[in-house]
Amino acid sequence: MGDQRYEIRIAGSGGQGVILAAVIVGEALALYEEGLNVVQTQAYGPEARGGASKAEVVVSRSRIDYPKVTSPNLQVILTQKACDKYVHDALPGSVVIVDDFFVTEPPKVDAKVYSLPIVRTAREEVGREIVTNMVALGAVARVLESWELAKPESIRKAILDRVPKGTEELNLKAFELGYGLMKEKL
Amino acid sequence: MPEIRFWQGNTAVAMGAIAAGCRFFGGYPITPSSEIAEIMAVELPKVGGKFIQMEDEIGSIAAVIGASIAGYKAMTATSGPGFSLKQENIGFAYMTEVPIVVVNVMRGGPSTGLPTKVSQQDVMQARWGTHGDHETIALAPASVQECYELTIDAFNLSERFRQPVILLSDEVVGHMREKVVIPEGESIPIVNRKKPKVKPEDYIPYKPDPEDDIPPMASFGDGYRWHVTGLTHNEWGFPTNDPDVTESKIWRLVRKVDRFKGEIVKCDTYETQDADMIVVAYGSVSRTALSAVREARSKGLKVGFFRPITLWPFPVDELKVLLDGVKAVLVPELNCGQMVLEVQRAVEGRAKVFGKGLVNGDLFRPSEIFEFIKEVA
Repeated sequence: MGDQRYEIRIAGSGGQGVILAAVIVGEALALYEEGLNVVQTQAYGPEARGGASKAEVVVSRSRIDYPKVTSPNLQVILTQKACDKYVHDALPGSVVIVDDFFVTEPPKVDAKVYSLPIVRTAREEVGREIVTNMVALGAVARVLESWELAKPESIRKAILDRVPKGTEELNLKAFELGYGLMKEKL
Repeated sequence: MPEIRFWQGNTAVAMGAIAAGCRFFGGYPITPSSEIAEIMAVELPKVGGKFIQMEDEIGSIAAVIGASIAGYKAMTATSGPGFSLKQENIGFAYMTEVPIVVVNVMRGGPSTGLPTKVSQQDVMQARWGTHGDHETIALAPASVQECYELTIDAFNLSERFRQPVILLSDEVVGHMREKVVIPEGESIPIVNRKKPKVKPEDYIPYKPDPEDDIPPMASFGDGYRWHVTGLTHNEWGFPTNDPDVTESKIWRLVRKVDRFKGEIVKCDTYETQDADMIVVAYGSVSRTALSAVREARSKGLKVGFFRPITLWPFPVDELKVLLDGVKAVLVPELNCGQMVLEVQRAVEGRAKVFGKGLVNGDLFRPSEIFEFIKEVA
């Protein structure tokens, strides 16, 4: 990857776990991969639920000065509102993954847009919408793997560090399904 | 082996405090500082410390002052409006010479403003928010690593100089996560307040040692008698209106820090040797500024970078020595122009000083500071 700076954004509605998903990506890259500098940030409103929220990760082998994302290489967007608000600064040719249930109008941006059943997989295949963020993480893991930036195993480890005891199996199942959704495309 | 963690800035502040020996936290949660209180509530009991959530910000700093007088290293954390509520008691701690650490994770103001958004609008509040004369020590971290290290410095400085020390963080630094290298316990320098060497009956609580102007501090419960009042007091701690005693006390409060400025002041520089322009930035903005300065250098512009780490005392002499050949000093900050005034004071007309303020709740983007550099160049 050289000195290249990669910018990753996960966006959705407050309560969908986008911040936790970005924290897990950050921890996986910082603690389970070698020699990467990583900064994770987020933006959200004062409300606990609802509203558009985004969480971001910047990763590079060289020092990271500016900590925020300006033109993301990868975005995962889980609601229409977040899509309207954030998608447009996509780096030309970058990867944009949108949820096919909540994002009803696929964004018109200069990017490879993948519409995946993230929320539906959590709801119907795993049976718990609360694991939406883990399905999203699976998709992120596949993209990072294809860029040779992180092994899926690093993200798995970071998930296990974070999720409550007794929910490991549920969360990993969601992760694997999300990984599979993206693997079919990329 | 040093440990590596991926921590939020606020976590690093809490863990740095514990590493520095903090064993009391009086808190009243406020975004974007609340994680500090949360983590202290979890971690302090594990090391025999005490966490109390008080009824409000005033109660929490009062408890912190009390804990320090009883011999504990103590801290509170807040943000803009909460920092204002604490100001009266910060003045009390200056006057009574009680070491405490006050963290202000800056958010947009005035008033409740923008709770989840970044600003640097409390720079002057940190300097002059409380009443009366005093010398302020305020440190501004720009990374999660610095949140850890500067919190330890804040405790060491407050213990050494027997006064409040302010850690002036901001929402971006407080909420971002980065790698932190945690040094092994024994390699962390720890300063503890001077204790009296005399017997209790010979103790004069505000009699300063001539070598540093700082009186040794007994803890309540040690068997030493000590009267604590916010009224101007004599060396025994009792109120006085005596002009000579008053004059001497207040000047000493300022002098005890002023004479050691050289040891307190910290700053960071980049590419200043041949610069004809210097960007001065602190806290989270310094990261954007550095990124813009690197870009300007890559385009052949002779721009340097100066970051005050101690906002107060401001590194006046450290900036002055860089000014030969410098035509312009640029000060981007997340307020309507506060630190630019101090920079003007330091520069003394030797270069033109340009300020650029932003108060929309976002951090400057590198392109915005790069444009600022190009406008001035």
